[in-house]
Amino acid sequence: MRLVADLGAGPGMESSTVELALSPLDALHRALGARMVPFAGYAMPLSYPSGILAEHRACRTHAALFDVSHMGQAELLGAGGDAALEHLVPGDLLGLKRGHQRYTLLTGHAGGILDDLMVARLAPERLFLVVNAANKAADFARISAHIPAEIQIKPRTTHALLAFQGPRAAGLLGEISQGFTALPFMGVAEGEIAGISCLVSRSGYTGEDGFEISVAGADAEALARRLLALPGVVPAGLGARDVLRLEAGLCLHGQDIDATTTPVEADLAWTIAKRRRATADFPGARPILEALVAGPARLRIGLRLEGRAPARAGAPILAAGEDIGYLTSGGFSPSLNAPIGMGYVVTPAPEPGAPLAVRVRGQDLPAHRVTLPFIPHRYAN
Amino acid sequence: MPETRFTKDHEWVRRNGAIFTVGITNHAQAALGDLVFIELPEPGRSVEAGEVCAVVESVKAASDVFAPMSGTIAAVNGAIIEDPALVNRAAESEGWFFQLTPASPEAFEDLLDATAYRALLETP
Repeated sequence: MRLVADLGAGPGMESSTVELALSPLDALHRALGARMVPFAGYAMPLSYPSGILAEHRACRTHAALFDVSHMGQAELLGAGGDAALEHLVPGDLLGLKRGHQRYTLLTGHAGGILDDLMVARLAPERLFLVVNAANKAADFARISAHIPAEIQIKPRTTHALLAFQGPRAAGLLGEISQGFTALPFMGVAEGEIAGISCLVSRSGYTGEDGFEISVAGADAEALARRLLALPGVVPAGLGARDVLRLEAGLCLHGQDIDATTTPVEADLAWTIAKRRRATADFPGARPILEALVAGPARLRIGLRLEGRAPARAGAPILAAGEDIGYLTSGGFSPSLNAPIGMGYVVTPAPEPGAPLAVRVRGQDLPAHRVTLPFIPHRYAN
Repeated sequence: MPETRFTKDHEWVRRNGAIFTVGITNHAQAALGDLVFIELPEPGRSVEAGEVCAVVESVKAASDVFAPMSGTIAAVNGAIIEDPALVNRAAESEGWFFQLTPASPEAFEDLLDATAYRALLETP
C-alpha cells in the first residue's frame, strides 16, 4: 500500500527536513494524541484519535475546536490604513464599519488572486487582518511596500488563532463569556473569555456558526482547555477542516484559487464592491472588470459524483466525452454520504443538474453540476 | 497452522494451506484514517508482484494496494466494499481484501516475518 494523495502534501507544505514552526498549542495537541503533519511550515494537527469523521460530525451537530495559529495575523495602524489597503484589494474597506469584518482578495496586476483574507475594523484607525499561512510573509511584505510611512503593519507573530465552530458554539461560549454571543455574523469585538483577553470574530471556515479567537500565545492553552472542557466539545484537525470547508463550497488558496485564477473565474465577483467597480483602482481592475462584462473564460463550479469513489484535485472533468476542465478540490462528503468536488470548467459552463463525468484512474465516473455550497451555510444572523 | 507475512508496503499475506489471503496492516489503516471507498480487483485477474490491484480512499487520502506476490485473484471480500470502515475496525482479520492463488507459493518465504515487519515500523 502506498499513499498517492494526502492532505499533508497540500498547499504550502514544506520538506520535512525544514525545521517546522510550532503552534502555541503544540504541547496540547501532542497531549491529546494528535497526528501532527507539516503544513505551511508549521507542525499542525491533522486529526485526533477520534478521527476525521467524528470531528466533522461534532462540528456539524455540536461544537469543535480547531487550532489555526499558522494563519497570519496583523494589525494595520494609523489614519488612512483603509484607503491604503484599498489599493491592493477590490473590497470596500472605507465602508467597513467598526466592529465588522469583510472577506476580500489581494489581487495582482494580471487579475489573479495572490491571497484571500479577512479585514476587520477594530477602531477608526485600527484594522485587523487574517491571511493564509503559506502567503503571510509575501502578503505582509506587499502591504508594507504599498502603505505610506505613517501607517504601520504590525504582525501578531506570537498570538494563537482558535476556531470554535458548530451549531452549539455560541450557546457554549455564552457559558464562559459575555458579549460575544450577541455578535452578528462577521461581527468583531475585543473582550474576555473566562478572564482571558481575546479578539473574537463571528466567522469561520466550516459553513457553521462559530467564532475565530485571536489570543496571546501564552494564554492559548488555558483558553483551549477551557473551551474543550465545555460539554461535548471535541478538538478537530486540519483534515476535518478541509472536509468541512469543501462541503461549504469555500475556496482554499493555493488549491482552488491562486495567482492564475481571477475573482470572476473563481465565482468570487461578489467580493468586488460596487464603488470599486466604478473607481477601478485595484490591481488587475482592467482584466477583472472586462471579464465581469464579457464573462470569464472558465468558471469554478461544484460537482457531485454518483457512486462512492472520491475524485481528487487534478481529475479531469468531462461533458459528453469532451475534456472541459479539472477538479481543484475533491473528497468524500460525510454529510451527503457521497463524493463531491470543485473545479474549473470552460464557459459556457454546464447548467446545474447537467450530466458530467470525472475521470478517476482511467474511468469516467458519472457526476453532475450542483449549486455551491454543497451544504447550506448556517451562519448567525 | 496459518502463517502471516508482511510487505514493506504495509500489507499482510496469510497462508492457510493453499489459500493466500491479503489485506492492509493495522498500521496502514491507522495511517489512512476513516476509510470511505475501496476498489477491489476482478476475481480471475492475473497480477504480477508489485502491480497495483486495489485502491483505498480515506477521508483524507487515496492509496494504491499492490499484489504482494504474482498469481491469480481467487476471491475478493465484498463486505469491505459495502462497509469500508470494517477495515478500520479489523484490518488484519475480517477486513481482508482478496485471496490469491500464487504462481509460485515459495515466494511467500521472501516476505517479511512479523519480527522484521515490526522492526520496519520502528525504523524512523
